[in-house]
Amino acid sequence: MNTPKTRIASVLAAASLALGATGVHAQDEDPIKVGILHSLSGTMAISESTLKDTVMMLIEEQNEKGGLLGRDIEPVVVDPASDWPLFAEKARELLAEEEVDVIFGSWTSVSRKSVLPVVEELNGLMFYPVQYEGEESSENIFYTGAAPNQQAIPAVNYLKDELGVERWVLAGTDYVYPRTTNKILETYLNDHGVSDDDIMINYTPFGHSNWQSIVSDIKEFGNQGKKTAVVSTINGDANVPFYQELANQGIEATDIPVIAFSVGEQELSGIDTGPLVGHLAAWNYFMSVPTDANYDFIDQWIEYNDDDTVVTNDPMEAHYIGFNMWTQAVEKAGTTEVEAVKDAIIGVSVPNLTGGIATMMPNHHITKPVLIGEIQDNGQFATVSRTPGAVAGDAWSDYLEGSRDLISDWRAPMKCGNYNVVKGECGGQQEAAEAE
Amino acid sequence: MSIRRWLTPVLLAWLMAWTGLVAAETDGQALLNNLTERDKAAAVTAIAESGDPRARRWLEAFADNKLSRMKDSGQFVVVLENRGRDWTVEDALTGEAIGEVSRRNLDRVRINNAMRSQIANTLALLDLTVDDIDQRRQAAGDLRGQVDEDLVGPVETLMNQASDEDVREKLAQALAIYRVEQGDVSAVSVLSGSLNSDARSALNGAAGSDDPAMAAAAQEAMASIEQKLKLNKAAETLYFGLSLGSVLVLAAIGLTITFGVMGVINMAHGELIMLGAYTAWGMQQLLPGQPGLALILAIPAGFLVSAFAGIIIERSVIQFLKGRPLETLLATFGVSLILQQLVRTVISPLNRTVVTPEWMSGSIMINEALSLTLNRLYIIGFALVVFAGLMLVMRRTRLGLDVRAVTQNRAMARSMGIRATRVDIMTFALGSGVAGLAGVALSQTTNVGPNLGQNYIVDSFMVVVFGGVGNLWGTLVAGLSLGTINQLLEPWAGAVLAKVVVLVFIILFIQKRPRGLFPQKGRAAEG
Repeated sequence: MNTPKTRIASVLAAASLALGATGVHAQDEDPIKVGILHSLSGTMAISESTLKDTVMMLIEEQNEKGGLLGRDIEPVVVDPASDWPLFAEKARELLAEEEVDVIFGSWTSVSRKSVLPVVEELNGLMFYPVQYEGEESSENIFYTGAAPNQQAIPAVNYLKDELGVERWVLAGTDYVYPRTTNKILETYLNDHGVSDDDIMINYTPFGHSNWQSIVSDIKEFGNQGKKTAVVSTINGDANVPFYQELANQGIEATDIPVIAFSVGEQELSGIDTGPLVGHLAAWNYFMSVPTDANYDFIDQWIEYNDDDTVVTNDPMEAHYIGFNMWTQAVEKAGTTEVEAVKDAIIGVSVPNLTGGIATMMPNHHITKPVLIGEIQDNGQFATVSRTPGAVAGDAWSDYLEGSRDLISDWRAPMKCGNYNVVKGECGGQQEAAEAE
Repeated sequence: MSIRRWLTPVLLAWLMAWTGLVAAETDGQALLNNLTERDKAAAVTAIAESGDPRARRWLEAFADNKLSRMKDSGQFVVVLENRGRDWTVEDALTGEAIGEVSRRNLDRVRINNAMRSQIANTLALLDLTVDDIDQRRQAAGDLRGQVDEDLVGPVETLMNQASDEDVREKLAQALAIYRVEQGDVSAVSVLSGSLNSDARSALNGAAGSDDPAMAAAAQEAMASIEQKLKLNKAAETLYFGLSLGSVLVLAAIGLTITFGVMGVINMAHGELIMLGAYTAWGMQQLLPGQPGLALILAIPAGFLVSAFAGIIIERSVIQFLKGRPLETLLATFGVSLILQQLVRTVISPLNRTVVTPEWMSGSIMINEALSLTLNRLYIIGFALVVFAGLMLVMRRTRLGLDVRAVTQNRAMARSMGIRATRVDIMTFALGSGVAGLAGVALSQTTNVGPNLGQNYIVDSFMVVVFGGVGNLWGTLVAGLSLGTINQLLEPWAGAVLAKVVVLVFIILFIQKRPRGLFPQKGRAAEG
């Protein structure tokens, strides 16, 4: 019998033994190395540089508390410069040359996909903190951001049930995350009786700034006698001109609400929020959530930056959760050795910042509450809806052909990221065998 | 729709309060307490019915997420300033300033969107009774599409009392929309010819109704609207095209001078635009509270900053690479990366907020289906002014003459006593300065961040090459026509494909006419 409980018990026993053994020599050992793989230059620096600082802050805090396993933690920062292939090279550098024990990094899906084969080949550990399109489960990556069922689907439910929306504009930037998310949402809406005539899908290039005709189209689309909403997977910079154009053409949040999956406090801090007030965003964390854990984290962050105006956001919370999960798993395993930590971390629960508990699931995703917030004039969100409990991340969407039959479970004996429940076989092993 | 029930009593109560019949203050604490309970709709009704003079302030604060309760004392407060860790608040009941309170101690009274639109409707009804005629018209317009069975009575009364023709017409439409939705065929005629979106929305719904008489009447009314709508749509597309075009012209016209006239391929052109945009931001930081004045001052300042940066680039890099286009391209590309990272390091990798002044936001309404956004209108005007100014400089001033002489035949010009090096510097500074002007304008339509320039460099080169290298008129025509083509294509091809189609079009065009729309003529062009 190798049930999780007995396994955890044995791991715990091993951990306490290991602790006892290492405790004596603690000071002689090398520090534990944590790799930080976030762009500090190039287009993504805007979002990623704060995540680097977050991990640095968490490491600093952990060291003040006496480190981990009695050893100091040493951050190793590299700059992949928003260059996707460079992410793979830098990951290799971190794992092969610096021999880090864990990596916190990546933002865009393409950068994660670029790092993935390297982390798997060199058997590293990586925590990925950003909401993404799902359809992936790697043995070596832990997804602390939201999967589509932890963000997009609850957001659509909110619009459908609370606001009575019947017509849908799915607007996104033209790359993998919006395309996959919109495909999932389209199927989901069709399953719930929305006809194709009531769905408008629109893609725009990165950094699109001339929204005039698209907004005009959306306005026209919303004039057909049914309540209309925009589900926006528009990324980064393109959002500001989009909202500005909405305001300029007189579309208010009460007429056609926009719910965004990529607009957070950080993005709002760089813009005049006047035109955005009342529009919505779906996240798993808002800076405005009034819990003491959150206020403490914000105070710590303000102190670390020595700047009263800094903001916190969802991916930062994801790193906070991921880092705490990793330290707990390491303590549980008694070692930073990858195999042991990988096994130990499943089932680890840590408090999140919104007053709940995040648990690492066997599919390497975590449980999260889903919050819907309205943008306010101070660049913060006012929570208008929150799922009663935490939602477990689903690696493989139930609303995509070919993906609905897959499940992921990295516990022994299954140890498979894409097990097909209909065929009863693991696609991963098969693919791996074919590749060899 | 039960939430709407309270609207009628609300209106009556307020009308009474307004006229001073009921002015007694009520137990505010109890009323507000109810807002934190489960049945918020009833609580709002109670507040509205109380006729309390403070009710409007409470509901407005509630709708704006500004109504909070102190966790320790249970006191209700209105948040006045909600930035930072301590928020400025005032007592909701007495209106007394309390000063700064830790946000940890504040518990926001939660509201949802449905509730908020009901409050907005109530306030709109109330606005129909104010003295300001524009506010009354606005309120009447807002009521279209919002009327339901409970509101019919009050709106009808208000319509009959209304002295203003416009207000009356809008209220009549608001009532007709409700009646059409209820299946009243006679109301269709009121909406016939209206371009208002709520009216069209109601007719659209009615056109598909089961009642054949209703469907026929609605379809007929729609047909008359459809024709007008098409014309408006065409005008709108043209406007969109011109405004995109004017942005392209602004971004490209500086390049026309440096690339077109001097022959320097300046990949850092985009970053000179960025510097202009950052100047606009800097000016607004220097003059807090006066975004409009700051923006106007940013026009000369942006020109000077970018011109100065241009001089530095010219002196430090470009002058040593004269006649070596490939090296110039690479070197200036390096300069552009340096400038981007410089801004990231010195200012911030995050985008900066450039506030749009009051007089530049919103739109001019031509009719209900066509409105021109003001910021774009200003940019079209600004682009034309910059173009005219440059035209004057190049055609009517000594500098323009020198520039043309040096670019046509450098050796000859020098032997005539023109200081070619000085002219080079001046020309490059002029081109760079104009890029700065473009940046100031772009700060109003796009993000001010380190990547701003990158988004415009390719478009700029495209316009210059298409228009004919070195020809200002070519740049103007090329920019405006590319903008219009792009906007014509976008609705049916999508934004991504529209860009591709435009690029393919330019490639084909350049194959046919390598020198662009307006090629330079004469011997100078051969050199």
